[in-house]
Amino acid sequence: MEKAKKTLVIGVIGADVHAVGNQILYHAFTDAGFNVINLGVMVSQEEFIAAAIETNADAIIVSSLYGQGELDCRGLREKCDEAGLENILLYVGGNIVIGKQPFDEVEKRFKAMGFDRSFPPGTPPEVDIEALKEDLHVED
Amino acid sequence: MNPVLLIDFGSTYTKVTAVDLDAPRLLGTSNSYTTVQTDINNGLAAALEKLEQTTGRLDFSARYACSSAAGGLRMLASGLVPELTAEAAKTASLGAGAKVLKTYAFKLNEDDAEEIKRLDPDIFLLCGGTDGGNTETVIHNAKVLAYVGGNYPIIYAGNRNASRECARILEGREVHIVENVMPAFGKLNIEPTQKQIRDVFLARIVQAKGLTEASELISGIMMPTPSAVMAAMKLLAEGTKTQTGIGDLVAVDVGGATTDIYSVCEGLPDDPRTSLKGLPEPYIKRTVEGDIGMRYSIRGIVDAAGLERIAKIAGVSEDQATETIDLFATKTDTLPFDATSQAVDEALASMAVRVAVKRHAGRLEELFGLGGLKLVQSGKNLVNVDKLIVTGGSLIHTEHTGRIASYGFYDGEEDPESLRPKQADVLVDRKYIIAAMGLLSEHHPDAALKIMKQELVKDDTAK
Ligand code: B12
Repeated sequence: MEKAKKTLVIGVIGADVHAVGNQILYHAFTDAGFNVINLGVMVSQEEFIAAAIETNADAIIVSSLYGQGELDCRGLREKCDEAGLENILLYVGGNIVIGKQPFDEVEKRFKAMGFDRSFPPGTPPEVDIEALKEDLHVED
Repeated sequence: MNPVLLIDFGSTYTKVTAVDLDAPRLLGTSNSYTTVQTDINNGLAAALEKLEQTTGRLDFSARYACSSAAGGLRMLASGLVPELTAEAAKTASLGAGAKVLKTYAFKLNEDDAEEIKRLDPDIFLLCGGTDGGNTETVIHNAKVLAYVGGNYPIIYAGNRNASRECARILEGREVHIVENVMPAFGKLNIEPTQKQIRDVFLARIVQAKGLTEASELISGIMMPTPSAVMAAMKLLAEGTKTQTGIGDLVAVDVGGATTDIYSVCEGLPDDPRTSLKGLPEPYIKRTVEGDIGMRYSIRGIVDAAGLERIAKIAGVSEDQATETIDLFATKTDTLPFDATSQAVDEALASMAVRVAVKRHAGRLEELFGLGGLKLVQSGKNLVNVDKLIVTGGSLIHTEHTGRIASYGFYDGEEDPESLRPKQADVLVDRKYIIAAMGLLSEHHPDAALKIMKQELVKDDTAK
């Protein structure tokens, strides 16, 4: 039997409508062997969580492109805990803050918010996939 | 002449409708009290006798029946996330003509277990998890059901990865495993469940409800009354191979205990740039407002619409309105008997229509954010639906049906986001034949459609 695929819930958070990167990620993750639930753009925290519960997802991959990422992501980890998704992996990437800020500080802030990993602008999907395989113990 | 008899065993009345298939035309309708306690045939015989007083003796070539007697098809449903599999389970059950007593989400707890035991449904629909998704909750819930015990059948329409395990947990019970109501995230697959509900209804419920005595007389088809109504509305909208239908429609059935709304349309956004939120909507959708009804649920109408507004529409004082409402609530078989009670009844019906259609219809939100305006639709868009079918005692026994029904229309500034019909022809089921035509449509769709087109009359009194 084929080994069970890991399930990812992906989407662009908040009122963000940048749709192109989301499509690229969807194809990249699917090609890399993941079962991808793509919620598209303008996704609320609640929608990420509902989808992750129902599909028993292994990770939630949040994109934010329009600069409001920090506001939009606040409280997501706590809500996951509340919903029984205590161990779910949380990633965030895109242009998660406004303008150019030193990324190690940004990363620290998102870590404090409960994100396992955050990625600077322009991170190619391959980097993301490597990290996922490592964190979810997927062997090639 | 080729007469066929259609029977609707209702909770209070057994309604009979005779049609001539050759013409085709309606021969007559009549009713009598339903007699489930003794022998259901007594009520049927009484109704038939009354019918034949007007039509003369009829030699029926077939008899078909539907039923909502003895509480209707009482179901409980459970899913995982309230707005996902729990909602899908509820949608599936309602669409199969069931009376959904309650829908549970997440893990059932001890209180739920007690409640399930007490409610003792006709069918329990067990769902949860997409295929390959969460199994933990549905397995937990199967264990709770096994612990609770009971004789009712359980339909399993959850994550396929847990179906066998749940069946084992429920060993000794009648369990039917069907395809998941939500096989993949956001994908609705309710037909297999609905077919199973109907099979169980035929095999078990008909018998349990004391309807078998009648079945000797009946050539076939037994379905829950709401399913018959849905079949009729689908036929009326779509037509047959040889006859055109009337197109997209919304139907309103204001009853004593509940108000049922049906819509037959895709309900997609007008503006293709609109994004959709929530579950995909079924093309034929039924919703039931359990707190909105003209007698048993009269308080719900008052709660939702406000006494002030009801009194204002009726043109009576609030005290007068209260007095009438109290009377209707306590003596539930009271019909309007004077000008005041008639006015209050109509005002209540108007508000029942408004609240129920509003809850059935989708909503369109305009979000102004970074980068401008964004349209987001949830639920069905009924704005362009231009036929509103109305039935139910308070709506058909008045001259003001159109005016009452028009409260179902979009009302602009009062609720700008609601996607209710803008303007529609109101077609009235004066003789209460819709369920009967749904039954007839199973074997004789052309006759059923012709008769509906003759009998559903347009009312031009809309405001
Ligand atoms: C096209 C575009 C738009 C279009 C979007 C059309 C659409 N529906 O997709 C429109 C015109 C609507 C638009 C609007 C706005 N935009 Co704009 N837009 C862009 C633009 C030019 C290209 C975006 C794009 O498609 N890129 C190509 C894709 C492939 O890349 P991507 O989206 O970055 O995604 C990749 C990576 O980020 C990464 N990634 C994404 N998510 C994740 C997650 C993880 C975990 C990881 C590892 C990686 C990762 O992988 C993706 C695939 O390779 C960018 C500038 C730019 N060159 O990036 C600005 C940009 C994103 N927009 C910007 C802004 C400010 C806006 C507006 C606020 C402007 C305004 N004031 O109205 C609005 C916001 C609207 C809204 N509510 O979302 C800013 C954001 C600034 C910031 N974050 O600090 C940018 C960066 C322009 C700029 N330099 O100022 N925009």
